[in-house]
Amino acid sequence: MAETLIKGKCEALIIGGSAGSLDVLLEIFPSLSDNINFPIILVTHRKSGNDALLSDLLRSRTKLKVNEAEEKDKILPGHVYIAPADYHLLIEDDETFSLDYSEKINYSRPSIDVTFQSAAEVFGDKLVCVLLSGSNADGVAGLKTVNDLGGIVVIQNPNTAIMSYMPQQAVNHIKAGIILDASDMAEFINKLVK
Amino acid sequence: MISEAIDNEQIEMLLSDVLEAHGYDFLEYSHASIKRRIIRLYALDNFVSFAEFRYTVRTDKQYFKRFLEEITVNVTEMFRDPNFYKALRNDVLPVLGTYPFIRIWVAGCSTGEEAYSLAIVLKELNLFHKSLIYATDINPSVLEKAKQGIFPLNYLKGYSENYVKSGGIQDFSSYYTANYSHAKFDGTLSEKMIFSTHNLVSDHSFNEFQLIMCRNVLIYFDKDLQHKVFQLFDNSLEKLGYLALGSKESLDFWERSKAYKRVKTEKIWRKL
Ligand SMILES: C[S@@+](CC[C@H](N)C(=O)[O-])C[C@H]1O[C@@H](n2cnc3c(N)ncnc32)[C@H](O)[C@@H]1O
Repeated sequence: MAETLIKGKCEALIIGGSAGSLDVLLEIFPSLSDNINFPIILVTHRKSGNDALLSDLLRSRTKLKVNEAEEKDKILPGHVYIAPADYHLLIEDDETFSLDYSEKINYSRPSIDVTFQSAAEVFGDKLVCVLLSGSNADGVAGLKTVNDLGGIVVIQNPNTAIMSYMPQQAVNHIKAGIILDASDMAEFINKLVK
Repeated sequence: MISEAIDNEQIEMLLSDVLEAHGYDFLEYSHASIKRRIIRLYALDNFVSFAEFRYTVRTDKQYFKRFLEEITVNVTEMFRDPNFYKALRNDVLPVLGTYPFIRIWVAGCSTGEEAYSLAIVLKELNLFHKSLIYATDINPSVLEKAKQGIFPLNYLKGYSENYVKSGGIQDFSSYYTANYSHAKFDGTLSEKMIFSTHNLVSDHSFNEFQLIMCRNVLIYFDKDLQHKVFQLFDNSLEKLGYLALGSKESLDFWERSKAYKRVKTEKIWRKL
């Protein structure tokens, strides 16, 4: 199983989601182990202006430290970072964040593709990326890069996702993707711990 | 995706060429985003090889113009972050209004949306007649657009909403005339604006200001370069003057930040 293949190798977990992904996050977070020893980075599409909302919702459901990603922040294990609304989130070689206010990609800013691709170049085969429910194709190209550079691709089961389009696109394009129901994701993530 | 094929070394060589051949120093920009811009342009313009791309950038003046336009991110909005403009309107500009003359520097002004927003607030506070806005950018093409004050009509609805949220008191449409695709802003708004190229990396201080606005530019710079630019702003700011940054930028980690006091919760600092 892929879980055992990458056990202890994960240096960063990135979760991307759009419409219908909040429910999944709210399901995953209460079951996450306190021993998570890699950073978890969340890139979700949402309206600007209610940045604090997602942080607050997640903070009440986990002991892990939850913060909005700030530019030049050092990316630390055991921390959860949320991409701020209206900026693309990139990862530098020295494992710090950069923000970018350039054109929207797939009508989205933050774009999941941008973060997946930039993380893949830094973490290579020690990266795990998860794509959740959504109704556009953002994230799919990024997952391809992650897969090409040896990282692990996880896709929410389109049949049980609230919005199947985004995960279905991913399933169609990345044969190596591991397909999971929302209810199995926390366990999968906990198993990545060293 | 061709991104895997181009490594950091190639990017650095290209940027060294740019510095040597054209005098623009991008070496201290945040690496991940400039790399992304470069790879995007390389893919967009269908070069046969990165070597050919490098050669063209180095030797072709016309193409370098395009390079500069595409590498710098020029996305901007009017009244972006309405709460920021509310703070300018309520907390900053009224204080500056007690001075006989107000000099403002909008650094990294892009196509001018910020400068026109500021001009509108100054008008509504009755301070416009004694203000001067210096709007600068590294990219000459955006300044040409900024001078015109003509913005795509489809954005105006959003701008108008931002304006209202920021505490605007007029009918926003009274500031422009619209045709089918564009809105041209009232020519009197640009009468108090001076547009000029200025490179924050290599150019010096050129005046003393009571307010410097530099928003969403520093996110593209690495920490050392950010600190150099803060020093440049410090040299260009009067005592008790204000420095305004973008919503995700901060003065906090700069060694001289103690000499500044934050204005409420917005990204505005006052020099003590
Ligand atoms: C994302 S835009 C921000 C525009 C506007 N200030 C805003 O916040 O909406 C960044 C601008 O910074 C300019 N810029 C980038 N590097 C610069 C430099 N070294 N000196 C001056 N301007 C620079 C770019 O050309 C671009 O117009």
